[in-house]
Amino acid sequence: MSDVSLKSELAAFRMTPGLWTIAGVAGFALLLVIGSLTGAIGKDTFAYRVFIDPFAQMVEMPDLFAQTLWEGLVGGVLYALIALGFVLIFKASGVFNFAQGIMVVFAALTLVGAYEKLGTIGIRGEAAAFIALGVALAVMLALAYAVERVVLRPLVNQPDIILFMATFGLTYLLIGLGEAIFGGNPKVMIADQLYLPRGAIDLNILGGRVTIQKLDIAAAVIASAMIAILALFFQYTRIGRALRAVADSHKAALSVGISLNQIWIIVWFAAGVVELVTGIMWGARSDVSFGLQTIALKALPVLILGGFTSIPGAIVGGLIIGVGEKIGEFYWGPLVGGAIESWLAYIIALIFLLFRPQGLFGDKIIERI
Amino acid sequence: MRVQTFGKGVALAALLAATAATVPAFAQDSLYIANNSYRTGPFAGSGIPIGDGMRDYMTMLNERDGGIGGVKINFEECETGYDTKKSIECYEQGKAKGMILYSPWSTGATLAAIPRAHVDKIPILSMAYGLSASADGNTFPWVFIPPVTYWDGASVMVKYMASREGGLDKLKGKTLGLIHLDAPFGKEPIPVLESLAKKYGFTVKLYPVGAADMQNQSAVWLNIRRDRVDYLYNQGWGAMNPTAVKEAVRNNFPMDKLVGVWWAGGDDDARAGGPQAKGYRSLNLQMAGTDFPVIKDIQKYVVEKGKSLSPKDKVGENLYNRGVLNSVLIAEAIANAQKISGKKIPTTEDVRKGMETINLTEARLKALGLEGFTIPMKVSCSDHSGHTKVYVAEWDGAKWIKSSDWLEPIRDEVRPLIEESAKDYAEKNAWPKRTEACASSS
Repeated sequence: MSDVSLKSELAAFRMTPGLWTIAGVAGFALLLVIGSLTGAIGKDTFAYRVFIDPFAQMVEMPDLFAQTLWEGLVGGVLYALIALGFVLIFKASGVFNFAQGIMVVFAALTLVGAYEKLGTIGIRGEAAAFIALGVALAVMLALAYAVERVVLRPLVNQPDIILFMATFGLTYLLIGLGEAIFGGNPKVMIADQLYLPRGAIDLNILGGRVTIQKLDIAAAVIASAMIAILALFFQYTRIGRALRAVADSHKAALSVGISLNQIWIIVWFAAGVVELVTGIMWGARSDVSFGLQTIALKALPVLILGGFTSIPGAIVGGLIIGVGEKIGEFYWGPLVGGAIESWLAYIIALIFLLFRPQGLFGDKIIERI
Repeated sequence: MRVQTFGKGVALAALLAATAATVPAFAQDSLYIANNSYRTGPFAGSGIPIGDGMRDYMTMLNERDGGIGGVKINFEECETGYDTKKSIECYEQGKAKGMILYSPWSTGATLAAIPRAHVDKIPILSMAYGLSASADGNTFPWVFIPPVTYWDGASVMVKYMASREGGLDKLKGKTLGLIHLDAPFGKEPIPVLESLAKKYGFTVKLYPVGAADMQNQSAVWLNIRRDRVDYLYNQGWGAMNPTAVKEAVRNNFPMDKLVGVWWAGGDDDARAGGPQAKGYRSLNLQMAGTDFPVIKDIQKYVVEKGKSLSPKDKVGENLYNRGVLNSVLIAEAIANAQKISGKKIPTTEDVRKGMETINLTEARLKALGLEGFTIPMKVSCSDHSGHTKVYVAEWDGAKWIKSSDWLEPIRDEVRPLIEESAKDYAEKNAWPKRTEACASSS
């Protein structure tokens, strides 16, 4: 690089708002480090506890830091999976599916409920678990079909808000239906029968112990595989192309002979499969009860962050939120008495939105007036 | 088209008529008790067994004895889904229908009902939940919180920890964690734990769990691990409990040092943790199991006749029996009220007096078929709780068994705090002075 071009590059260099922010943060961090090293920021000060102590802890106890990162990653992959369900439906139907959470519960309850029923007629163990899995998949397919027939088709060409409200209706219908069929009792997920591993691997590394649950490894692997398969499916197949056409414009897609109804069923069923997997994983981590509904709403900040229409956005957003909220809760939560996880995810998403209003990977929407 | 519209109209009319027909008759020929329930929502796992136990005992009284004092009990559930807003609607409905006693079944619902009940003069029974300060009968004549308050529970937890460590003087330097639902219920034990920590030199660490993250506790448990907590007291409810037990297993937290409040002792809560949940502890007010005359009668008169909502194998589970205990207290208060007033259907004031004169002695417990089911408890004019002993139960992998003696709450600590806090409540809320006279039991 010659002197001349370097000069011209320097002349062309402009401080963008993003660079200013980075410079500001770096300068602030430098000040803090100098302050703490010289003793200007004492150990009992608020600034020390907020800005220095958490990082000092990360260095002093790397095992706990690694553990937090791992928990965040597992949570993040699962959030990404839920977010993916939302993205698929948003792309196909142009609607935020409020019923996603209850569909997770409903899918998991169907699985466990079918397994219990099979037990009463003498079929038990792994065979019953996989029959129940088949039943649950069939029910999710039937649900996708029913939603298409009863909810989406009659509402085609209506404003999006009407479809959105319809998913509220669907939510309450499924809550009632689920409670009527399966009762409100929490149920234990049939994790063993589905060959999900149990137990943990203790790694004695980083001067401490990092415990990795085998179930979490399985969850991360299965969720990643699901995400990969779905992403590839909707990227490279005929149906995937059709889905993207539908996402751009219902009318244009119809005019070139794409069957909206078929796409809707496929997409709602794909979302149903995602929900079943989510239900199995979260169900195995806690239990299968109507409380799981709220887990799906965890995907909301993920979607704000990643953009409603982007599959990579859902993945990256899920990971950022998962890791961010775990680290936030673990290192900064105790400063304010804990339980910050519930809203921290939204704060993280909002900070990103300041810089990218359309989300990380969302489409830039330019509407002229 | 017109025929179709006509058909729809007829269907609608029929539906309305059917609804109208199911509204219960207004005439006061029965004992109307309003009880909040939550058989739906994230807290249903705890709400269902309790609701079943309460309902079945009342049904049993109706079937076996024809009610209380020969008057049928009209025990009505109002579904809240553990939502405080909904509970207020339930309260107003109950009031309109002439309830003689109100069971809020959540601490939030109790807090919302306390001011209303003092204006409407309706007795509230919040059995071992609700506002701890309401144990002061001189300030809260209409609220009853037998047999213990959350503050008693917290003090028993400290005592239990001391008994395991070899005495209260051995608590110095220990760390007691409180993992709790981030709601009024979960926060109740904090003042007592902090006051006892100061006195005995141990540290209290708080681990709140937001309602939205009940099933997503991994970060909280990492904090517990970092802080090297010695004992953990779990003030959890609903879906939070099975998750906490599972997380304890995942994090290798010693199960015998995880102790739940009495509400965190559901069979389903412990079962979720699998075989490794063995050893999980929970404070308890009564025994689990079916080997008691009262449970046998419920099986005979209610369950066997298909009048119970509970699955047969869940009868006698810990929280089911807890529900039975709650109904026993209600029935006893009404029986007392009938005795005091001489009326078949007592008024709310009579039932208040009936509550204030509850005295379940050994002999009385035996007469009610409750021998060995629980221990004697007594409510008085000024003491609306009794600060009764509780014990620590242990999950043996399949059921709850008794694993400690009945432990007396640290009354010297708790009672002054209760009176102080009641005074504080009265000052902050311009609370009226008690005008209701003390009742005598004869």
